[in-house]
Amino acid sequence: MSAADQAAVMRDHPLRRWIRAYADSRLALAGLGLLVLIVAAAIAAPWLAPQNPYDLMQLDMLDGRLPPGSVSGDGELRYLLGTDAQGRDMLSAILYGLRISVVVGVAATLLALLVGMTLGLVAGYFGGRFDALLMRVVDIQLAFPSILTAMILLALFGQGIDKIIIALVASQWAYYARTTRSVAMVEADKAYIEAARLLGLSTLRIVFRHLLPNCLPPLMVVAALQVAAAIALEATLSFLGLGLPVTEPSLGLLIANGFQYLYSGRYWISLFPGLALLLTLLALNLVADQLRDVLNPRLRKS
Amino acid sequence: MPFFILRRCLQAVNVLVVMSLLVFAGVYAIGSPLDLLVDPQATTEDLARAAAALGLDQPVWVQYGRFLSRALGGDLGDSFIHGSPAIGLILARLPATLELAVVAMLIAVGLGIPLGLWAGLHPDTVGGRTIMAGSIVGFSLPTFWVGLMLIMVFSVQLGWLPAGGRGPTTELFGLPLSVLSVEGWRHLILPATNLALFKLALIIRLTRSGTREALQQDYVRFARAKGLSTGRVVGVHVLKNILIPVVTVVGMEFGSLVAFSVVTESIFAWPGMGKLLLDSITQLDRPVVLAYLLLIVLLYIVINLVVDLVYALLDPRVGRGGSGR
Amino acid sequence: MNSVHNAAQAVLEVTGLSVGFAQRGTVLRAVDDISLHIAPGEVLGLVGESGSGKSMTAYSLLGLVEPPGQVSADTFRLCGKEMRAADERAWRQLRGRRIAMIFQDPMMTLNPVLRIDTQMVEAIHAHRRVGRGAALEMAAAALQRVGIADAPARLHAYPHQLSGGMRQRVAIAIALLNAPDLIVADEPTTALDVTIQAQILAEMQALCQASGTALLWITHDLAVVAALADRVCVMYAGRIVEQGPVDQVLAQPAHPYTRGLLNSTPAAAPSQHADNAGATRRLSTIPGLPPALGERPEGCAFRPRCARASAACLQVPALVAVSPGHEVRCFHPLARVSA
Repeated sequence: MSAADQAAVMRDHPLRRWIRAYADSRLALAGLGLLVLIVAAAIAAPWLAPQNPYDLMQLDMLDGRLPPGSVSGDGELRYLLGTDAQGRDMLSAILYGLRISVVVGVAATLLALLVGMTLGLVAGYFGGRFDALLMRVVDIQLAFPSILTAMILLALFGQGIDKIIIALVASQWAYYARTTRSVAMVEADKAYIEAARLLGLSTLRIVFRHLLPNCLPPLMVVAALQVAAAIALEATLSFLGLGLPVTEPSLGLLIANGFQYLYSGRYWISLFPGLALLLTLLALNLVADQLRDVLNPRLRKS
Repeated sequence: MPFFILRRCLQAVNVLVVMSLLVFAGVYAIGSPLDLLVDPQATTEDLARAAAALGLDQPVWVQYGRFLSRALGGDLGDSFIHGSPAIGLILARLPATLELAVVAMLIAVGLGIPLGLWAGLHPDTVGGRTIMAGSIVGFSLPTFWVGLMLIMVFSVQLGWLPAGGRGPTTELFGLPLSVLSVEGWRHLILPATNLALFKLALIIRLTRSGTREALQQDYVRFARAKGLSTGRVVGVHVLKNILIPVVTVVGMEFGSLVAFSVVTESIFAWPGMGKLLLDSITQLDRPVVLAYLLLIVLLYIVINLVVDLVYALLDPRVGRGGSGR
Repeated sequence: MNSVHNAAQAVLEVTGLSVGFAQRGTVLRAVDDISLHIAPGEVLGLVGESGSGKSMTAYSLLGLVEPPGQVSADTFRLCGKEMRAADERAWRQLRGRRIAMIFQDPMMTLNPVLRIDTQMVEAIHAHRRVGRGAALEMAAAALQRVGIADAPARLHAYPHQLSGGMRQRVAIAIALLNAPDLIVADEPTTALDVTIQAQILAEMQALCQASGTALLWITHDLAVVAALADRVCVMYAGRIVEQGPVDQVLAQPAHPYTRGLLNSTPAAAPSQHADNAGATRRLSTIPGLPPALGERPEGCAFRPRCARASAACLQVPALVAVSPGHEVRCFHPLARVSA
């Protein structure tokens, strides 16, 4: 191929088309920017935070419940967003809490994606009884609201970060399974799979090298939406006291801790973690929305 | 049509049986039923008696049979904390939760469908874009945080509405409802709005995308080619078509609404099932958790059945034979 | 065919019609400078392949082109009314009453969740004040006219309970309900079985002749046009490349594209297949593909596929008469062969 032809092919590459289509919406770009910012802040929390909120030595009880902008007792620190009941700097607590919320949410989503995708691929490709059984389970699972599934599991198995992740995975894997299975079923009938089979490629190779890449776009859309759902669910569970342990508070727990102080007008203990959570979810939803419009051929204006 | 109803009812019973098996397996096979169903404070004699009563020395299918007969008879164990039958506790609080859920759903549908319709018809106007932006925000706001903000604004700062609790109830058809008094509404409006917000955003988005899709269909063009007014095209042709998926979603989301009321009830101290569930989980009152689970399953199955029937009524292609090509 | 048209009498008189879509700085013209005129009771065939812009032409004639499409025209008169700058209210008065449209897929044209009688009665009520009973009678009569037996039972049915052919007859009946002056039919028989196609063609022809309704029949099938139309317009890449009386155009095509279409159509009037020596010719195809909307070549759009193309074809040819009433848009039209 000549250089000019090659350049033309690259210009029309699906990835570039998607990127261009994504960039069509300024709102979505803003969402993406916000998301990048948030994730960066979460990762860089130990360096960004003025204080390590888990280090009890750094806390001063006398600095508790101070409004935003106050200065600490020893004049060292400015509490930009106020302090909570233990004298923790809200900004630091929020940054660390954001970190935990994001990590738990992403980890749970990835795990659920892995589990659901594998099951869905197998069901879609092989069909038969396994497929029928899996779909029954998926239907029942999806009929239940995620919060209920999570709560029941936590009630049965107790609390802790690993159990939270298991509960999140259990409430989400079914989406991935169903999506993957639908796509896999459609693709499995197509000619190129038949060709691969005739070439004598091993089943494993066919499923993972040929079938899987085609299932990825819709899965990406589901995953983007589900990360937000996972983070929100974890926050809700933590808020209800069922979630992560008190020693490493996620945003949900921070908000819960500040609940009682609302009535006495000390809004900042709940408000700011809440805003952080809101911005994270908003950014995720904006990105996921645009991703869905970009990757879903049916909705595209032709 | 009658065949269809019969078939769906049989399916529902089928699912019920499967669910009972799952619950039974979860309780009796995986965990130790003694742990789950018997008060941890019991003496060894009580434990032995309970074991015999539960039939733990019997083969599994006998246990299942007993479990089933007890469940059908309404006996799902006694609460550890309260000492009274678990099912009774839950049923006592059911009306409060249902009241909250129904009002919330009415708010979500009553506002959501018109707003979504408008946003779908005028997507590129300021109004249309605002509605969509608002719906994304509503989608992203975690329910519990909104509840806190509502309390903060309307109760603490403005002092207009009470911060929690349920208003005075009056009996209607044997159910205690608080919607019949102004004071009742004052207590109801904040939690109901809180619960409704997420669903409202969902319904707006659903209606909007449904409308946009419907508008591109040939039958809309054909209707306009007949010279029909926009009002009729939208109000009759488009609306009837989008109501079908919307109703389906609304029905299924109602169950989710009942489950999510856990959060709202705990924030607003609303005396419903959700708060009971939460307390039971933290206090390890497992019979109550179990009873709640079974009741929710039953509720879900009933809701699904009703949704299917309503769907069949709305969509003439279902349940009526077609000779179409 | 009389080539002098009394504009005041014409059912449709449009010149310079264009439908443009703005995209990233340029305007793509799905319909490019079309002129049509239809006399009362005349049947005009509009022939073209998919992507030639014929459906868009149909929509623009009823004012149904929606943004981002923009319709512009030099003149646009429908039943004597000036429609160039008509607003929605003016259009609504005409649609369904003086001009009606029939679409290609009858399943999606009729609203699947509404009954047949609802959809017919509303078409009547949009333009006339009659009682519901009277409207139902008119609907039943219309169904009978299009050959549907047991009309009252059909009225109560839903679209999915009727066969494809019947659904299209319902659509035709709806089009005829208010006795329009012009019916625009966009490939109404393409989605039907071949036997039904022939039936519906014959019935439509009879109905239109009986009521004096003019017909704009859009199709890709030359055989249909041969059987049905008085005059024919051939569209390619948004432009009309040839138009004239149907016998003349099909017997003596002037545009290479028309010739190519004829050569690749098995059933278009068997006599076309005989070459000058009287032996039957084999089917041939036109090499290449019609250009997509954004990729129309400069000048004559058919140039890349035309064996007769020259440097002159880099300009857009104008419509030129080759004989009275017969015009072609080509710098190298095919010569007339004397019989």
